[in-house]
Amino acid sequence: MQFGIFSVSDVTLDPVTGYTPSEAERIDAIVRIAQRADEVGLDIFAIGEHHNPSFFSSSPTTLLAHIAALTKRIIASTAVTLVTTNDPVKIAEDYAMLQHLAKGRLDLMLGRGNTVPVYPWFGQDIRQGLPLALENYNLLHRLWREDVVDWEGSFRTPLQGFTSIPRPLDDVPPFVWHGAIRTPEIAEQAAYYGNGYFANNILAPNFHFRPLVELYRQRFAHYGHGTPEQAIVGLGGHAFIAKRSQDAVKAFRPYFEGSPIYGKSYRLEDFMHGTPMSVGSPQEVIEKTLTFQEGFGDYQRQLWAVDAMGLPVEMALEQVELLGTEVVPVLRKEMESRRAAGVPDAPTHASLVKAKYGDAEPRQPRPNPNRGDNLTDGSPYQDSDPAIAA
Amino acid sequence: MTTTPPRHIGRAPSDPEPPVVVVVSAGTGNPSSTRMLADRIAQKTLDLLRESGMPASARVLELGPFAVDIARATIAGFPGEQLQAAIEELAAADALIAATPVYKAGVSGLFKSFVDVLENDLLVAKPVLLGATAGSARHALVVDDQMRPLFAYLRALAVPTSVFAAPEDWGATELGERIERAATELTAMLRAGVGEQIADRAWSGYQHQFAGNAARAERTAADLDFDSPLMRLAAGGRAGPGPAG
Repeated sequence: MQFGIFSVSDVTLDPVTGYTPSEAERIDAIVRIAQRADEVGLDIFAIGEHHNPSFFSSSPTTLLAHIAALTKRIIASTAVTLVTTNDPVKIAEDYAMLQHLAKGRLDLMLGRGNTVPVYPWFGQDIRQGLPLALENYNLLHRLWREDVVDWEGSFRTPLQGFTSIPRPLDDVPPFVWHGAIRTPEIAEQAAYYGNGYFANNILAPNFHFRPLVELYRQRFAHYGHGTPEQAIVGLGGHAFIAKRSQDAVKAFRPYFEGSPIYGKSYRLEDFMHGTPMSVGSPQEVIEKTLTFQEGFGDYQRQLWAVDAMGLPVEMALEQVELLGTEVVPVLRKEMESRRAAGVPDAPTHASLVKAKYGDAEPRQPRPNPNRGDNLTDGSPYQDSDPAIAA
Repeated sequence: MTTTPPRHIGRAPSDPEPPVVVVVSAGTGNPSSTRMLADRIAQKTLDLLRESGMPASARVLELGPFAVDIARATIAGFPGEQLQAAIEELAAADALIAATPVYKAGVSGLFKSFVDVLENDLLVAKPVLLGATAGSARHALVVDDQMRPLFAYLRALAVPTSVFAAPEDWGATELGERIERAATELTAMLRAGVGEQIADRAWSGYQHQFAGNAARAERTAADLDFDSPLMRLAAGGRAGPGPAG
């Protein structure tokens, strides 16, 4: 079981102090938060992707490369990589590069994005968002697994004899999670490929996403990747923790009420009772998270948002600290002891290398000599299948 | 805010359960003339159904007490527990009577806001009788000009006769006649099982929300068509017609 944090990268007014951090301050803060997450033993740090204020994370690979360089064992991930407005070729290249630099401590979560104007800014149309996401992933999947790709689809310009470089680290692509909260086709795609499925378990009634998780599990088994219980499920969440329950509620309330997402709808107590939002003592957050395991089945990854809504960096760091020292160690034991036999952990680079090569040496692609035009007949790598023309 | 999806699958001609007519009233007074109009329509509908050998029951959904819940659901994007239960009642209804007061020459904001938080497919092929009250006969067309298009958007089956009541109508026998005519239409649609026949034959042709509140919403893998163009694309194929490639 992996535990970690994810951030939407909002740059927001602190409703308590009235202070709005600069982009520079928030970018520095998120690096500190990621480093602290690594130090306290969390497994995952994930960051979203946005292309409009008031967010800062337009370039998650740049940020995650920096974080990977500053950390020792935490896995860097995206909380969403927009598979609609990004060119899948560029995703293949950027994330393979990042995977090398992070020495395999990298996976990514694909999503469509729901901000209408972003699509036309990148030459796309949100009404085509779903087929775009599905087709783009189909291409991305091949770009990471085939040295030379011929491809033609409905959206992107066709590819002939294309090689995405660098090849993935050890010729093992990063593990991919597909994020969706309402679209069965996305769950189906995750299941078809045996990839992970991530439901952002926030802003909805308790267990609202169970039918989609269940659909993914059934189809994962349908495609022969294992039993439904062995499917790779991740959940998002929102947590605010203090040593004492009443202190958590008291400290969190102004941030909740000042939030444009939360504060203008239900009361904090309604959210705590009726949705997966976890506000309270470490023990309360532990107990609530354990209900997720009961409701969704054994799952592999739990991420919490802890730095959103204008929380000052010191407060966000304290959240990370409490997660790492008081919440996660207990959850690791509890969830492990409750987990059914045969349920796997989420794949990591090491486990994927092991699965592909056993004890043999991983493939290390070495290019053939450059012929100057990238087009001359012949395979791109010394060990590529010579029958395939690049 | 915990949800248990309703398992009601719509009404078959052989359905042994007595039908349920749900009355939605956006009236706010006490007594409210909108509620009084809705009650008269409901009573006539139940009378006609009983006379035709199909005893039914009615449930009234007053929107006033849900005003805050509806506003919150609009902002939050999901209903609270009680509003969710009300939506499930609507989804399970065999027919609806929808009545609103006219404010500022339009349907009440409360009524429209309630409809706004419903899923697009919640009322597909459901018989609906439309009613409205106003302080002046000059608002008489609000039902047909505003409510009817709204329910057309929802693909509900609005009955041909709408019922509108201005102050002078309350003493007129013609109102009773219009109520009877509209209730007769609703009853005929309900007894004929028109909505069920449409849903039986064409449900997959409407756009749906997976695991939504609609009585026939797809909820499991068994409900889904994996041969749709998008599902084929999801499974590594092409979106075009023909088998996955």
